[in-house]
Formats: sequence, structure tokens, C-alpha cells
Amino acid sequence: MKSAVIVFPGSNRERDMVMALRAAFGAAPAEVWHTETQLPETDLIVIPGGFSYGDYLRAGCMAAQSPVIRAVHEAAEKGVAVLGVCNGFQVLCETGLLPGALMRNAGLKFICKDVHLRVENPASVFLGGYRAGDVMRVPVAHHDGNYFADTETLDKLEGEGLVAVRYCDAGGKVTDEANPNGSQRSIAGIYNDKLNVLGMMPHPEDAVEELTCGTGGKALFDGVAAALAGAA
Amino acid sequence: MDSITPNIIAEHGLSAEEYDKILDILGRPPNLTELGVFSVMWSEHCSYKSSKKWLKTLPTEGPRVICGPGENAGVVDIGDGLAAIFKMESHNHPSFIEPYQGAATGVGGILRDVFTMGARPIANMNALRFGRPGHPKTRHLVSGVVAGIGGYGNCVGVPTVGGECEFHESYDGNILVNAMTVGIARSDRIFYSAATGAGNSVVYVGSKTGRDGIHGATMASAEFNDDSEEKRPTVQVGDPFTEKLLIEACLELMETDCIVAIQDMGAAGLTSSSFEMASKGGVGVELDLDAVPAREAGMTAYEFLLSESQERMLMVLKPGSEETARKVFDKWELDFAVVGHLTDSGRMVVKMNGAVEADLPIDPLALASPEYDRPWVPSSPLPEIAAADVTPPESLMGALKTILGAPDMCSKRWIWEQYDHLVMSDTVIRPGGDAALVRVQDTEKGLAITTDCTPRYCQADPLEGGRQAVAEAWRNITAIGAVPLAITDNMNFGNPERPTIMGQFVGAIEGISEACNALEFPVVSGNVSFYNETAGEAILPTPAIGAIGLIEDCATAVGIGFRDEGAAIILIGDTAGHLGQSIYLRDIEGREEGAPPPVDLAAERANGDFVRRLIQDGAASACHDLSDGGLLVALAEMALADGIGACIEDHSGDLPPHAWAYGEDQGRYLVTAQDAGPVLSAAIAAGVTALVIGRTVGDALTFAGETAAIDELRRIFEAWLPGYMGAA
Repeated sequence: MKSAVIVFPGSNRERDMVMALRAAFGAAPAEVWHTETQLPETDLIVIPGGFSYGDYLRAGCMAAQSPVIRAVHEAAEKGVAVLGVCNGFQVLCETGLLPGALMRNAGLKFICKDVHLRVENPASVFLGGYRAGDVMRVPVAHHDGNYFADTETLDKLEGEGLVAVRYCDAGGKVTDEANPNGSQRSIAGIYNDKLNVLGMMPHPEDAVEELTCGTGGKALFDGVAAALAGAA
Repeated sequence: MDSITPNIIAEHGLSAEEYDKILDILGRPPNLTELGVFSVMWSEHCSYKSSKKWLKTLPTEGPRVICGPGENAGVVDIGDGLAAIFKMESHNHPSFIEPYQGAATGVGGILRDVFTMGARPIANMNALRFGRPGHPKTRHLVSGVVAGIGGYGNCVGVPTVGGECEFHESYDGNILVNAMTVGIARSDRIFYSAATGAGNSVVYVGSKTGRDGIHGATMASAEFNDDSEEKRPTVQVGDPFTEKLLIEACLELMETDCIVAIQDMGAAGLTSSSFEMASKGGVGVELDLDAVPAREAGMTAYEFLLSESQERMLMVLKPGSEETARKVFDKWELDFAVVGHLTDSGRMVVKMNGAVEADLPIDPLALASPEYDRPWVPSSPLPEIAAADVTPPESLMGALKTILGAPDMCSKRWIWEQYDHLVMSDTVIRPGGDAALVRVQDTEKGLAITTDCTPRYCQADPLEGGRQAVAEAWRNITAIGAVPLAITDNMNFGNPERPTIMGQFVGAIEGISEACNALEFPVVSGNVSFYNETAGEAILPTPAIGAIGLIEDCATAVGIGFRDEGAAIILIGDTAGHLGQSIYLRDIEGREEGAPPPVDLAAERANGDFVRRLIQDGAASACHDLSDGGLLVALAEMALADGIGACIEDHSGDLPPHAWAYGEDQGRYLVTAQDAGPVLSAAIAAGVTALVIGRTVGDALTFAGETAAIDELRRIFEAWLPGYMGAA
């Protein structure tokens, strides 16, 4: 069972991700520099958070043009699991692997705080550690996390079970107050059609230890590890 | 060659005496470029000419100190082959002129001071002071400064884990933005700035040089007047993305054996960094400005030398290691240029287009910079205010609600939620408590970090205020169970040419010294910001103290929140009901009067050592120090943190109840324990005053018979800042 973390100039949560993966997988992931054109053999590709290329043009936009992205595309098409978190989600939308876009937060400010997520569809390699309706507490830390897609796309996402997680309150209720960034239909994370690509704004990798942010995200990593071990 | 007129000299902030000294040193008149170099090197900001005499009196040594003041940052041993490197620095003047970029580049600069020495930055903090909320500029400044700090820190991926934010009319024309960075390095891999080895290459890395920030250091060494807005071009523009690359590239190069010396280009840019490096190493330097990466064409030698473009570093490399180093910077897509070499001439020779643009002796310029013994007068003591002379409130709980809903004491969540305080996955105690706690990567150890100062105490009595700032920082570190290690001092004052201001500075330094000695809490780095005044109105003296402490196992730390119901709440330390300069007196009575509470450093030490031992022994489940607002405010903060209430009996005894509730006597803590018995016996054994004042219970705070629901207190506590900032 192998994993790889893609590192761009400006990535800054790659270490958080490496730590979470190492704890769950029992082995450190390969760290792949953005100029690589080939990926090592891997069961899981992760695009971590940060400000790739400073996010100066538009969040994730420059990174989506990096040499390594072609290899990520090819792997995704072959069915390799791809997880994009925060800036990684923005990159996946910019590459077209996921539909929609992440706009500036509705409050126009960067926001760092714990949020609750309701698991909408756990039937993927990523969320097998949860059941539908489970609520996880994990932090967000972003300026551009306001998920937007046209109505047709949103209806398709919802109709086909491609909404992975939604912002909710501690009791699992989806409300406007619990939506930190104005995302359409409180969407916090989505899948591609084949459910092997997941993009999400919140940071499960920062919530894997009681001492720091609690363990709300731990079941995601343990679940991925179990699913990939089962598939191997 | 331009001729140097008295007008040009004055424009460069140099006095006639200083110009005569230049003539002595050179034996000829300087050219304009040389004059510019003298101007920045001898500016208050770079030379510490007014403060040097007094800074030398601070205690700077201790068993854990690896490197004290004089380098880019202070270095303290934290055991197991690791060192903590930290410093706090002001970016006050630029932040007032252009709040976003001023604050952002303040963060960038302090980060560079820390990673220059080989440390990976693991936490940022900031101490902010703004004018009164009703001032037309305040909201704009808060908004810009907070966005700037967040914009920079969030992008570089270093968590901003806390700080302080206060409002007072004395800052209407001069806000304070003090930024602190803490980093971790291997204690055998610390990098210093002393350049050695004639012939060694001098290498420039990072961003290109532009025309921004020219004379920033000189601007920061003068008072503001009505034309200050026109100084905007002296404020630099930050690029946190480049800074992030620079951090990674420098730390990667530091893993090799290429670097002789390294220094960031901060205030006064290329001039200051090359002079300081050469001066410390006792060498000369020859620079070729044609090799300096330039952002725009047609820049003059004057502009190259004085630019304060950000995200640049200067290094001296070992012979033959240029290509190894170049590869690292190529990987990170940063400029890398050999811009000169060291010589044994003791001079700095700057060439451009084949011509010598400056030729200056290094030691006389850098080391023999002016040092003034400015006249000073001590502040006159203010009368004690007896508690009996302070009107009691109609209701103690009503006063609490007013205080919790006021600008200084309300929640600062609106600010710290804009800072990524979680990146790196090592934040154990988040903003909003006494000290933040950040785990040291791959260990169980943690660093406790805090910034503290009570400017109204310093204004009333600089000496007592200096003592108190250090004592409160020490107390905040102690209150989470950590051992206080060392401090960095960021001295923010008015115009030192005025004897009253200089008197405030001298008093504060004396107070800081006393407290540092008594608490074994040395000063390892610092920064002085003078001339924080506009049209003759100075800020409150604000010696902000940044402090760090060490905890061997993060899991043993405690926070301020009540953890469980039924725990005894124990007040440690003596209560005299001191209301002079208190929050109660100011926010309820509208009086900024009287002497501040005295700091008994022996009691401070005894009480703190006792509390820390309780926490380390696992005998305390929560702890909070008492400071602004006194006992009742501290109880409210403990209840608000986790939503567990308390019932407190009236123990005011002979004191008026409002003096017991709101007195700001120093050296006190609240701790909770399920079993109070052992705590009380230990206190008797240690000769420390301890009194059970109540128990944790329910979801309301009851104090001497009056009750308020935590939900209501929370609404009040959280309302003011978002309401203020939203009412644009």
C-alpha cells in the first residue's frame, strides 16, 4: 500500500498530510516535486493544502498547469485514488478532474476554525471509515472555499451521490449558520463520477490526534488505508 | 558628483554634529550614495543610538542562553540537541501609513530574522495597539493590519497562534504592530552573521531589488506630521510566496556545509546587511552592483544600497560551494547571484559600471555609530487610590457585562480566526488562553508563547509597568505548566529627544531588568521603536514583552477552561483590592488614574513556582492567571472557554466587594482541582496563600449572590469586535 503527496512551490500543509498518512499507512508517502512527469507506483495520490504559486493568479490555477498534473490525470483515469484537500481541491477543480470552482469566502475573509461535516456518501475508498450521516469535527483554514457550480451541475452532484461531505452543525443539521464560506448547498467536498477522486476544503489531516485538533479526521485516513489494503 | 548641502544632510535625518563626524571618518565630504549609507546606518532604527546605553544594562545571560542580543534573533537551549530561536520586532510606522503591506512585511521581516539563523519557524504572534475605536481611521487600520498579518503568515504556512490587541486614544496617530516569530533549530547548527575569509564569495538570494522601501529606516526614526500619508512609497511590498520559497531554500542549503555567514536584508537592505556582516567578522567587502538582480532598469547605486525590497538574503559561502548553493536556489526558482567578495581591507567598496560609487571604512561607520546619553527625567509618581474612594457598581455582574463587552477585554476571535493557527499540526493550545502551546515537531516537548504589556501601568509608573510586563509574561507561561525560559523586548516609545519620554524608557528598562533578574528570565533579543508620536502627542509607553517557555510533555499542559463540574476553585496569591489604573476604574468609572498595582517579585516567583509544580504533578485541571479585570473577569474567561459555570462565595472580608472582584493585584492565579485538600496543604508548606473560593457547576457564573448565564456572557464577550468591524 503506497501513497504519494504532490508538492508545489507554495504548498504548506504537505507535512501535516505526510504525518497523517504515515500514521495510517505505517509508511511515509513519497513526496513528488511538481516538475516530475511520472509518478512513483502508488495507490493514493494526495494534493495537499497551501498556496501553490502564492495563489496569485487564482487559487490552484498555476499548479493545474504543472508538469506533474498530466501524470495525476492519467492515474485518476486509471482509477487510482486521488485526494485533494483545500488548495488541493482548488487544483483539482482547475484541472477539470472535479466540476465547479472555489470562490472567495462569502465573508471575504480568511477563516480558520473547527467546523462539523456530515458524511453524505461514504461509499468510496475515502470515507469507508464513516457511515452516512456521521458528523466529523475538523478545521477549515482558507480564503477561497466558497464552492460554486451551476444548478445543473449541483443537481447532478446531488442526484448521483457525488456530494461527499456537507457543512453542518454539531448535531448534523445543515444550516446557513454552519456554512462557513457560503458554499452552494453547504458543499464541503465532492467526488468525481467514478468516486475515485475526492476534493474537500476542510483539513482532516490536522484532526488525527487528541492532543492537537481532536480525531475527527482520523477515520478518513484509517478508512483509506483499510480500503486500499483490501483492494491490493 | 553631487554637492552635499545642509538641506540634503537634514533630509537624510543627520544632525550637523553627525555630519562633522562623517567628515572626520572619511577625511573628505561623502558623495550622495555614501551619505545615504551613513543616514540609514546611523538612523535610530539601525543604530539604537538613543537606547544603546540602557539596553546594555539588561540581563542577557542564563544557563540556557546560547546567543543573546546582537544577532538576528535570540537562541535558547531546549534540550535534546534543540534550540528555540525567537524575536519580536515592530513595524509601527509602515503599518500606519499602509496597514496591509506594513503589517505583512513586519511578519516577513521577523520570520527572516529567525530562519536566517537556521531555525524552521513554528509559530508567529503579534501584539497590536490601535487608536480609540471612534477615531475615523481605526477601523480601516484594524482591518488592514489583521488582513496583512494573515495574508502573509497564512501563505508562508507558519501558524499565528496568538497575541494581544488593545485600543487607546494615545495610539490614534501611531498604531503599534509588533510581530514575533519562534523557530526551532538543531543547537549544533545555528547560523551567524559574522563574515570571515577574505576572497569568499558574497551571494545575494531571493527577490529582485526594486525601488521600494528606500529610506524606510529613516522614516521609522522620525515623528509623524500631517504629510505622513505622502510617505507611502517608503513602505515595502511583501511577497509571502517568495518568502516561503526562501525559507525552504535556505533551510535546504543549511543542511549542506556551504554557508560561512548569512543575514537577511531588513531595514536599510543591502547596506545594513553587508556592513553588519563585515563588521562582525572584521573583514572588508567589495560589492558589484551590476550583479545585483534588479526589478527595474536604470536604478542608481544609491537606490540599490538603500532599497528595502523584501524577501532577500545575503550569504558568504565557503570557497567552491557556489554551484551547490546555486542548484538549491534554482530548484526553488529564486534569484542567486554572486555580488562580491570579502577582502582584508576593512572597507566597503561598491562598484557599478566600472566606477567606484562608495568607499567607506567599515568599523568607524558600523561600530562607532553615535551613542547618546539623552537627558531624562523620571516620571512623577501618581497617588495611590484607596478602594474606599472608588464608587461601587450597582451590580458586580452588571459591571462584568460592561467590561466583557468593551474593546480591550472582549473576545478577539474576529482577529485570530483570520489567522491560520493550525497549520503544521502542532498547535496544542490555540489563541484565546494565557499562552499558546506549540509542540516541537517529532517530540513530546512544547513551547509556550505569549506577548504581554499593560501600557496604562507603564504610563502611570514606567518602572512598575516594566516589572509588570515581564511578570505577566512569566505568569502566562507558568499558567499552562511550562517553565519560563527567556524574553524578547519590543520597546515602543515616543520621541527620545524629550526628557519625559526618555525617562519612561529608562524606567521601563529598569523595571524589566529587575523582573528578569528576579525571575531568571533573560532578554535574548529585542527591538526599539522610538518616535511613536504625532504632533507632539506620544503613545503610552509600551514595552511589549514576548516570552517563551518549555514544557517537556505537551500532554501535561492545562488550559484556562473549567474542565469538569464539582472541582474546587482555588485562588493563589494575596488580594489587596488594588483598583488604581484598573480596568474597572477605566471602563466603569471612566478614570485613568492612580498608581498601578505593585509587583512583589519574590511573591511572584514563589506563587508561580508553586502553581507550575501543581500542574506538572497533575494536581490542577485548569489554571488562569489574574491580570486585566482581576478575579471576576478571570472567572468569566475560565467559564466561557468550555461552557462550564461556577459558584463563587463572597470572600471579600474587609475589602469592598468591588475591590475584591476587580482589584488587579499581581502574582495571582486561579486553579481548579477535584480535591482541594492536597493543594491547600502544599500551599501551606510552600508559604503561598491559597483560598478555596467556590466550585465549578452548571452553565452559569454565580458570584457573591449574583448570577449570569454563560450563554449571555458569551454573547456579550463575542459581540463587540465583529459588531464594530461590521459597522463600516
